[in-house]
Amino acid sequence: MSDFLHRLISNPHDFLPIGEWVNQFIHFLLDHNGGAFDAFGRAVDLFAESIEVALLSLPPWLIMGFFIGLGVWRLGWRFAGFVLAAFALIFGTGFWPQTVSTLALTLSATLISLMIGIPTGIWCARNKRVNTLVRPVLDFMQTMPAFVYLIPAAMFFGLGRVPGILATVVFAVPPAVRLTSLGIRQVNKEQVEAGHAFGCTSTQLLFKVQLPIALPAIMAGVNQTIMMALSMVIIASMVGAGGLGNDVLSSIQRLDVGLGFESGLAVVLLAIILDRLTESFGRGQAARQG
Amino acid sequence: MQSGKIVVENLYKVFGDKPQDAMRLLKAGESKETVFAKTGQVVGVNNVSFSVDEGEIFVLMGLSGSGKSSLIRLINRLMDPTDGRILLDGQDITRLSQPELVALRRRDMSMVFQSFALMPHRSVLENAAFGLEIAGVGRKERETRAMKVLEQVGLAPFARKSPHELSGGMQQRVGLVRALAVNPSLMLMDEAFSALDPLKRAEMQDILLDLQRGQSRTIFFVSHDLEEALRIGTRIAIMEGGRLVQVGTPQEIIENPADDYVREFFKSVDTSRYLQAKDLIDPSAAGLVVNGYPANHAELDKHSWVACVSKDHKLLGLLGRDELRSEGCVPSERCVPVSPVAPASCLPDVLQRLLGQSEPLPVADGEGRYLGVITATSVLSKLSAHRLQSAH
Repeated sequence: MSDFLHRLISNPHDFLPIGEWVNQFIHFLLDHNGGAFDAFGRAVDLFAESIEVALLSLPPWLIMGFFIGLGVWRLGWRFAGFVLAAFALIFGTGFWPQTVSTLALTLSATLISLMIGIPTGIWCARNKRVNTLVRPVLDFMQTMPAFVYLIPAAMFFGLGRVPGILATVVFAVPPAVRLTSLGIRQVNKEQVEAGHAFGCTSTQLLFKVQLPIALPAIMAGVNQTIMMALSMVIIASMVGAGGLGNDVLSSIQRLDVGLGFESGLAVVLLAIILDRLTESFGRGQAARQG
Repeated sequence: MQSGKIVVENLYKVFGDKPQDAMRLLKAGESKETVFAKTGQVVGVNNVSFSVDEGEIFVLMGLSGSGKSSLIRLINRLMDPTDGRILLDGQDITRLSQPELVALRRRDMSMVFQSFALMPHRSVLENAAFGLEIAGVGRKERETRAMKVLEQVGLAPFARKSPHELSGGMQQRVGLVRALAVNPSLMLMDEAFSALDPLKRAEMQDILLDLQRGQSRTIFFVSHDLEEALRIGTRIAIMEGGRLVQVGTPQEIIENPADDYVREFFKSVDTSRYLQAKDLIDPSAAGLVVNGYPANHAELDKHSWVACVSKDHKLLGLLGRDELRSEGCVPSERCVPVSPVAPASCLPDVLQRLLGQSEPLPVADGEGRYLGVITATSVLSKLSAHRLQSAH
């Protein structure tokens, strides 16, 4: 207390040492729960590494073929042609392995985000109190500058893939929570009543009425989560997450505009492909409900 | 205790966070408005009691905000009542636990909604089988049963379509099939046809009446459309401001509206269309001759026609007054045999018969007993009375 008063008198412009408190809290966590963080980090690393190794072991033509096939199915030949051209460009500029790494990072971060985000969204939709509690937390997670997460993440989990993925998860979870909860709350009142009137239990109501009707909104959330994850995975190269971010980072360090453009272009093309494909899944659903 | 499929006793529904405060005032006889002014609680249903018989179509009418939507939701407990009892087949459903309620909804009741409330991610057939699926009926059986009902309303060819590919009227037929497929003893219909255009609405009413023929199913139908209520209702209940104003058969309500609110409903409706032969009888239009002897000699001269009936009041025929002059006793052989109309015949039929003959039109019940005659004058005076009522 006297410490606080002393500070207030000596430095009236900065008498609230929030930053110091946060540092103390982080160190407290590190000192007392180091083992738990290590175990958690290893689990995340194993998950992400197996996805990355699996994708990298596949021949390029198989991955390209998969995306081109999806393009034909969901959006038609024109989009499939675009996918082919985009992949040819990435392959031709020599960024294929980094692009696959980035794809793997995005995929693992997205999967973890959805595993957290969708159940939380359901909980928020069903419980008003949880919703009022979670909303400001989501605002905080989304508006806090993304770099800020990288520092504590690196302190907890060391450099490498894990802090990158976890910082990405923090950034990518909010849209999944928000749009799941919104989708469920937007289900027509009479459709929910119909569920009850025919004798649904609360689980049946969720799985046979609310979630299927909310699916377009949930898919929009998935799309947003993927896009957030992709953008954050690039930034996460600062803690050594790898992938295309490494090239972007070294282009900045070496002031190499050409390298920056090439690697940046690969990010943009990957983003467009992922965005259009996931968006098409939500739209197909919405059309059936329109 | 009253008996019936549904018996509602002193039912209240108060919306707000302090319903008990509102209940204390309501039970002390305060009005809905006073309760709102003093406690801020909104009274949805205010001390309502009635009973619905098995097999009838009971239509609940009222303007928006009258509490009819709340009342229908209290009956399957989509809303919980604040006070009062609801007996379904003698069982008080306001005391059921959640699992008991789920079982009751699956077994005994279903509901049709104004916005159809179909599930967009399911095909027509899957929608129709929804209730059975929830109740745990296997896929084969539930689809066979749902298909059978789809066939009854002519939707079998659309079974594999998505609901949004169908027109509004067809979508509501799916809603109706979904409710019927579980074979409920009670079907709740909340403004079920109100979202449809008038032609489609009439078509759906016909389908409903067709499906109900020969069934013992009870239908509780909420509507704001009086024509609909008159057309399909066995009995009609009218609600205003959370209270029940009048309950009765369509005829009772047309003939004796309880107050101005009820009368207001008839303003836009040509109630004369719902007049029946028995409402048009003019008691003073014909004299009566029983078994050949006039019932009242002095009266006989006032009428231009005389109805001849047998000893047990069976109609023999009509006789012009001129034929009576000479004799005191009337030989029934000289009567003109005129076939009578049934008491429930509707106005257009009565008019057609009257135009086709010079004699008045006798009315006789199912056993042929004479009830009275209808004349052109009696029809006109009745019609003008109804027009005046509507105009006010």
